[in-house]
Amino acid sequence: MTAAFLAPASERQPLSDHLKRLQSESIEIIREVAAAFDNPVMLYSIGKDSGVMLHLAAKAFYPGKIPFPLLHVDTTWKFADMIRHRDTIAAKYGVDLRIYTNEDGVKRGINPIASGSSLHTQVMKTEALKQALDLYGFDAAFGGARRDEEKSRAKERIFSFRSEGHVWDPRNQRPELWRLYNTRINKGETIRVFPLSNWTELDIWEYTRAEAIPIVPLYLAKPRPVVHRDGMLIMRDDDRMPLKPGEVEEQRWVRFRSLGCYPLSAAVESEAETLDDIIAEMRASRTSERQGRLIDVDESASMEKKKKEGYF
Amino acid sequence: MDGSQASEDKTLLRFLTCGSVDDGKSTLIGRLLYDSKLIYEDQLAAITRDSAKYGTTGEDIDLALLVDGLEAERQQGITIDVAYRFFTTPRRSFIVADTPGHEQYTRNMATGASSADLAVILIDARKGVLIQTKRHSYICSLLGIRHIVLAVNKIDLMGFDPAVYERIVADYMTFGDKLNFASITPIPLSAKMGDNVTRRSDHMGWYKGPTLVEHLEEVDVETDAVSKPFRFPVQWVNRPNLDFRGFSGTVASGIVKPGDKIAVAASGKTSTVARIVTADGDLAEARAGDAVTLTLADEVDIARGDVLAPTTARPDVADQFAAHVLWMAEEALLPGRPYLMKIGASYVPVKVTALKHKIDIDTLDHFAAKTLTLNEIGFCNLSASNPVAFDAYDDNRETGAFILIDRYTNATVGAGMISFALRRSANIHRQDLLVSRAEREELSGHKPVVLWFTGLSGSGKSTIANLVERELHDRGIRSFLLDGDNVRHGLNRDLGFTDEDRVENIRRVGEVSKLFVEAGLVVLTSFISPFRAERRMARELFADGEFLEVFVDTPIEDCIARDPKGLYAKAQRGEIANFTGITSPYEEPENAEIVIKTAELDAAAAAERVLEALQARGVI
Repeated sequence: MTAAFLAPASERQPLSDHLKRLQSESIEIIREVAAAFDNPVMLYSIGKDSGVMLHLAAKAFYPGKIPFPLLHVDTTWKFADMIRHRDTIAAKYGVDLRIYTNEDGVKRGINPIASGSSLHTQVMKTEALKQALDLYGFDAAFGGARRDEEKSRAKERIFSFRSEGHVWDPRNQRPELWRLYNTRINKGETIRVFPLSNWTELDIWEYTRAEAIPIVPLYLAKPRPVVHRDGMLIMRDDDRMPLKPGEVEEQRWVRFRSLGCYPLSAAVESEAETLDDIIAEMRASRTSERQGRLIDVDESASMEKKKKEGYF
Repeated sequence: MDGSQASEDKTLLRFLTCGSVDDGKSTLIGRLLYDSKLIYEDQLAAITRDSAKYGTTGEDIDLALLVDGLEAERQQGITIDVAYRFFTTPRRSFIVADTPGHEQYTRNMATGASSADLAVILIDARKGVLIQTKRHSYICSLLGIRHIVLAVNKIDLMGFDPAVYERIVADYMTFGDKLNFASITPIPLSAKMGDNVTRRSDHMGWYKGPTLVEHLEEVDVETDAVSKPFRFPVQWVNRPNLDFRGFSGTVASGIVKPGDKIAVAASGKTSTVARIVTADGDLAEARAGDAVTLTLADEVDIARGDVLAPTTARPDVADQFAAHVLWMAEEALLPGRPYLMKIGASYVPVKVTALKHKIDIDTLDHFAAKTLTLNEIGFCNLSASNPVAFDAYDDNRETGAFILIDRYTNATVGAGMISFALRRSANIHRQDLLVSRAEREELSGHKPVVLWFTGLSGSGKSTIANLVERELHDRGIRSFLLDGDNVRHGLNRDLGFTDEDRVENIRRVGEVSKLFVEAGLVVLTSFISPFRAERRMARELFADGEFLEVFVDTPIEDCIARDPKGLYAKAQRGEIANFTGITSPYEEPENAEIVIKTAELDAAAAAERVLEALQARGVI
């Protein structure tokens, strides 16, 4: 008997030993959090990493259900395709999905176009996340970050300690030995947990393919309307993004390596229409996935700054 | 090397790099990533920019900038935390822990070593074997790493001279040979130039061995985790409905199959494995490293933290054991102070009962010590509040390791590796007494309790405690007052006023109070008892409601003004070391049952307040 959330056997492939090892390690981490914390939550960003993390959670507790809710922090600027995907996924895995938007930010008219990427991210993602964690009193939050993504993340613990107010102090992290995770916290303190720490981008795609995990169609290439802006290809997902003088919308074969708010997520030119194509393209790739994230390019230490402020 | 290969069905090698500051660890890892083509163009662009700003290599790209992730490090040019990096070759996948060389960050090195199978120890060819080299080698050995690569780096700066290399290797072996490594492989290289890292050097025809990457690809570190006895720490009891009761966890060692006879280590209850359940269907076997859910043929009481093992090869179960402890906190380890131990999936309160010796990690000599400070390693006896299941760390890293957690801050303060159970714990059993506790209470006609007075020196603890006891005695209640000064004339004559002696002082007073309470008395103790941890330790000796903390809350200015024994004056003149309130902290109680503010009450009224509290609780 296999779990109902799995794709039919004909669509799946056997896992390599390498992926099995990663899968077991992540499942152990996810179970540890469910067992040790009073009120954990899984941050769900709708992206490929979140997809894998959710799938692993479902496997961890089979035949039981996932014993914690999912939380999506909605900035209101996600691609329409992402929102459609999110709503089908919650039903597929039978999980309690909660959606949170920083309404105060909406009222203040914060948006990625007029406010700039940095303020938008601060208010609609970082602040919103902290508000949601406080609102529900979550004491542990899973995130899909990987150590191979970015330099400051390579130093992140799997169990990352946040003092009251969600503060991350890189100099005051608990040593993490063996697989003996310290799950003890005082009131007001929280832990961010990264079960995919040891996965690489390629691992994520190979696992997604082997397990036939559903993904947002934007990861696959097709002709899409894009404009050239600041050296990036930006897709106009709706008419909230006005064209600047001289900008022309054109159809290009593109896909996304990383998904966020659409005006801040750059597309890459690609003809990879299937997961096999993506994996082949990945293996030949010479740029990192975060290249398409406009929020990172301000300064090379910007991820570390955002993390200190409470970003995932 | 070709970084674009699939990672399918390759073996994994976890290794760490260690060495002293500026030996070139980060450069070496940057080189491995760069040569295995895992550096992306945008990352390269970022470090090319940063090289100009912070780099130490002039015109060249500073590869260390690829891995020195945190901004503070890039500015200071040092590595201050463990970074994990991934690269892959056609033959193997690698996870590298880059650990810092600074002495004060030894704990980070131990962190990296705890999950590694091999260590690359870097030596700067210009400097040779340093104290740090020995220190890191010892930590690797203590944490169970079996394979060492001695990377003699910067050999280019010594003119690729074989004599330099041979001398360093010989020097290292005099030390390394004592550490029981399965293999020590020396390699001369230049991380900066790339010689003998992935590419055979054109300058060292005299070296016939493998390049670093060749060795890492070939070295056999196959852990024998699968061949060891089956161990399964239960993480989670999976009970979605009344028909299913499974025990989820990761197989720590060995193999399990349906039909295997297993025992719950602590309780000794036995059963048979019925199914190995996963979302992908039931398995015919699960091996070390597999995260699965087991169901059993019988209804057995099993909770998170229990360890399942074969009935024929069970782990030790004991509440006292000897272990090496690496201390990782600024605040010293104090024997007698309670900590929380995490072993497997269980948390157990534990104390260090004896610090047998401290280890000088430069010479491996043993010497006596009363405490362990940051980055020190000691060999200790520990006593847990209930029995735990374990194997010796040398036999099984998975079930022989533990961490120690501070009970107030919850920081991880120590890492431990168990050596053996203390047989004493197996041979000392409690003798049942014929007169029961209830019978003693009945005879005395009142409940026994401890009134634990705490407060600064000169706060009025003893005065109030004496008035309370006089009144209790007059009412026919059997009592005894343990006073700090008096006890230090006898039972605790051997103790001074250092932090560790204060802990032992309170431990003994707690135990004596417990005996008196078992005898049916109302015990009054009058001790400064400045640390929360020790008051909590004393409290935990008693049943709920038996321990009443009385906080005599007197502002320090009042205590100094009163100074009945002239002690504050002496302390302020520097004639008394470690004087509470002056040179040693007093941690105020947070949840004392009775709080006496002496600024508002005189001693008689304070005593009356305590008696009222005893009445309200039905003690008298």
